[in-house]
Amino acid sequence: MDLSAINPVLLIASLMVAATPILLAAIGELVAEKSGVLNLGVEGMMITGAICGFVAAVETGSPALGFAFAALGGAALALLFGLLTQYLMSNQVATGLGLTLFGLGLSALIGQDYVGIKAPATPRLDLPVLSDLPVLGRILFSHDLMVYLSLVLVAAVWAGLKYSRAGLILRAVGENHEAAHALGYKVIRIRLMAIAFGGACAGLGGAYLSLIRVPQWTEGMTEGAGWIALAIVVFASWRPWRVLLGAYLFGGITVLQLNLQAAGAAIPVEYLSMSPYLITILVLVIMSAGRARAALNAPASLGRVFHASN
Amino acid sequence: MKLTTLLASAALALGLAGAAAAEPTKVGFVFVGPIGDGGWTYEHNQGRLAVEEHFGDKVETIYQENVPEGADAERALTQMALSGADLIFTTSFGYMDPTINVAAKFPNVKFEHATGYKRAANVSTYSARFYEGRAVQGTIAGRMTKSNVIGYIASFPIPEVIRGINSAYIHARKVNPDVQFKVVWAYTWFDPAKEADAAQALIEQGADVILQHTDSAAPQAAAEKAGNVITFGQASDMGEYAPLPRVSSIIDNWAPYYIQRVQAVMDGTWESVDTWDGIGPGMVKIGEISSAVPEDVKAEALALKEAIASGEYHPFTGPLNKQDGTPWLAEGETADDGTLAGMNFYVEGLTGEIPQ
Repeated sequence: MDLSAINPVLLIASLMVAATPILLAAIGELVAEKSGVLNLGVEGMMITGAICGFVAAVETGSPALGFAFAALGGAALALLFGLLTQYLMSNQVATGLGLTLFGLGLSALIGQDYVGIKAPATPRLDLPVLSDLPVLGRILFSHDLMVYLSLVLVAAVWAGLKYSRAGLILRAVGENHEAAHALGYKVIRIRLMAIAFGGACAGLGGAYLSLIRVPQWTEGMTEGAGWIALAIVVFASWRPWRVLLGAYLFGGITVLQLNLQAAGAAIPVEYLSMSPYLITILVLVIMSAGRARAALNAPASLGRVFHASN
Repeated sequence: MKLTTLLASAALALGLAGAAAAEPTKVGFVFVGPIGDGGWTYEHNQGRLAVEEHFGDKVETIYQENVPEGADAERALTQMALSGADLIFTTSFGYMDPTINVAAKFPNVKFEHATGYKRAANVSTYSARFYEGRAVQGTIAGRMTKSNVIGYIASFPIPEVIRGINSAYIHARKVNPDVQFKVVWAYTWFDPAKEADAAQALIEQGADVILQHTDSAAPQAAAEKAGNVITFGQASDMGEYAPLPRVSSIIDNWAPYYIQRVQAVMDGTWESVDTWDGIGPGMVKIGEISSAVPEDVKAEALALKEAIASGEYHPFTGPLNKQDGTPWLAEGETADDGTLAGMNFYVEGLTGEIPQ
C-alpha cells in the first residue's frame, strides 16, 4: 500500500466537487420538508435539471444560462408535484415516486439528440494571489462558482429558517398547518414556494452533474443521487449544517475509497464500496442520538394533506 | 409448480397463436443501462436497430432498459416471454441465472445470454473476445505512458473484466517493462458520476492513461479536463473525444450476430450454441487510432491487431505466470477457452487483489 500517492489537498478539492450535487438537492429538499411537504421526486427533478441545464448550455454556449434553466426546469417539475399534491390532494409519497419516474423518462426524451455532445466548459475561479496559496488556494479558492453558491445556500437556508420571519412562518406551516391557517397564513401558497425552491435546487444539483462534474449528458446519469440527498435530509434531522456535513462526508468517503483502491490499500474492496453509505448514516445517527429523540425534530405535518375545510 | 405449468402453457398458447397467424418474429432485448449510455447498451441497441432494418416487417423488436441485474431481471424476462417474444437477448453478465430460470419456464422461447457461461436447450450464450482488443490497447498504453502508471476502471470482478485487465497488462508490460497498473473497482456498469470520480482519483495518483471497463463516456470527459491523459473508447467508439484524450477504442459489433440468430429462428434452425468471436470475424472492432499516437506506435498496434485477426498470435501466449508466481502457460503455449472463460486470477506483475 502506498498511501503517499494520495494527495490530501487534491482529495479535499475533489470531495467538494463530488458532494455539491447532493448538497444542492438536499438543501432544497430540506426547505420543502420543513414546510411539511415530503417530495420523493428529488431524483426526477435532478435529472430534469441536468438535461434542461445541458440543453440550455449547449444551445447558448453559456453555462450560467444553463444553470438558470436547470433551476427553472427543476422548479417547473416540482410545481407539477405541487399542483397535484396541494390542489388535487393526491398522496405525496405516490406522487413523488411518480415524479421520479416521470422525470427520468422526460429527461431521456429531451436528451435524445444530446448524447455524445460536449458541454461548454465552466471556468474555475482563479483569483490572482489567493488561488496560488500553497494548500488553501486549491481547497478554498479554485472551484467553480457553483461550489460557493451551494455553501452560501446552506448558510442562507440556515439563517433564513432560524432568524427570519419568513423562516418562522415556513416552519409554522410545517409543524402545524391548521394553526398556521387559523393565523391567516396561506398554507398552500407557502408550500408551493417551498416546493418550487426545492425543485430549483435539485435542478441545480442535476446540472452540476451534467455541466461540471461529469460533464456530458447521459440518460439516467444521476444514478440515485436524489435518493441519497433525501436520506441525508432525514439523517441530518432537518438541520442545514448537518446536511452539509452529511453531503461532504458522503462525497468525501466516495472519493477517498476510490483513492484508497487506486493506492492499493489492503482493505477488501467490498468494505470500501459500502463505506460511504455506512459511515454517513452512522455519523449522522450518532450525532442525533442522545438528544431528546431526533424523530421529534421532524416537521410535525410532514407528508400530511392540508385542506382549508379541515 | 402450478405457476410454472400455467406460464408454460400460456407461452405455448401464445406461440401457437403466433405461428397460426404468421405474425412477425418478435425479438426482445433486455438492457442493463439506458440505450443512450454511449457505450455498451448503445451498441446492443444499434444491433437491435440493424435487425429491424434488415428484416423490415418480418420482425418486431421490443426492449427494456435499465433492468437491474438480479431478481428483478426475472420479472422483466417473464413479462417479455409472456408478451409473445420468440427470441430474447439478455445483454449483461448478471442476467445469467435469471435467463436460465425463465428459460426453463418457457421452453418454446429462445434465449441468448451475452457474456455468460450457462446454457440450456433453449439458451445460447454469445460474447466477444474483448481481450483481443485489450491487447491492442495495452500496447498503445504501454508506449504512450510517460508516468508509467496506467489507471484501470474495472466494474465487477468477473472473468470478462479480469481477462481484460490481464490482457492489457501483459501487452503494456511487453513494450514497457516499468509499467504499473492501478485498478479501481467501481462495482457498477453505469454510473457516470462515479466513473468520473474514479478517473479523477487515478489521474490524481499519477495515471496518464485511463482504461475503462464501465459503460459511460464520463472518464473520457474527466481525462479531457485533466489534460495530458489518454483514454480508450469502451464498447462504443466515443469518437467525440478524439483525437485526445481518446486515442483508440474497442467497438462491439453485435449486428451481424443478431441478424444471423433472428434468421435462424425464422428458419427454424435455431440451436443452442456458444459463440465467442473476436477481431477476426468482426465482432470486436478497433476504433481508429487517432493522430495523437505516433506513427510507429500506430503501426505496431495495427500489426498486432492483424496478427490476432489472422489467428497467428494469441494474446495469452506463454511464458506467463500467475500473480503468485506459479507457472500458468509454458513458452509458446496458449490459453484454452475454458480457462479464459472462468479466469479468476491476475497474471504475474499486477498488484492488488481481485475482490472475491
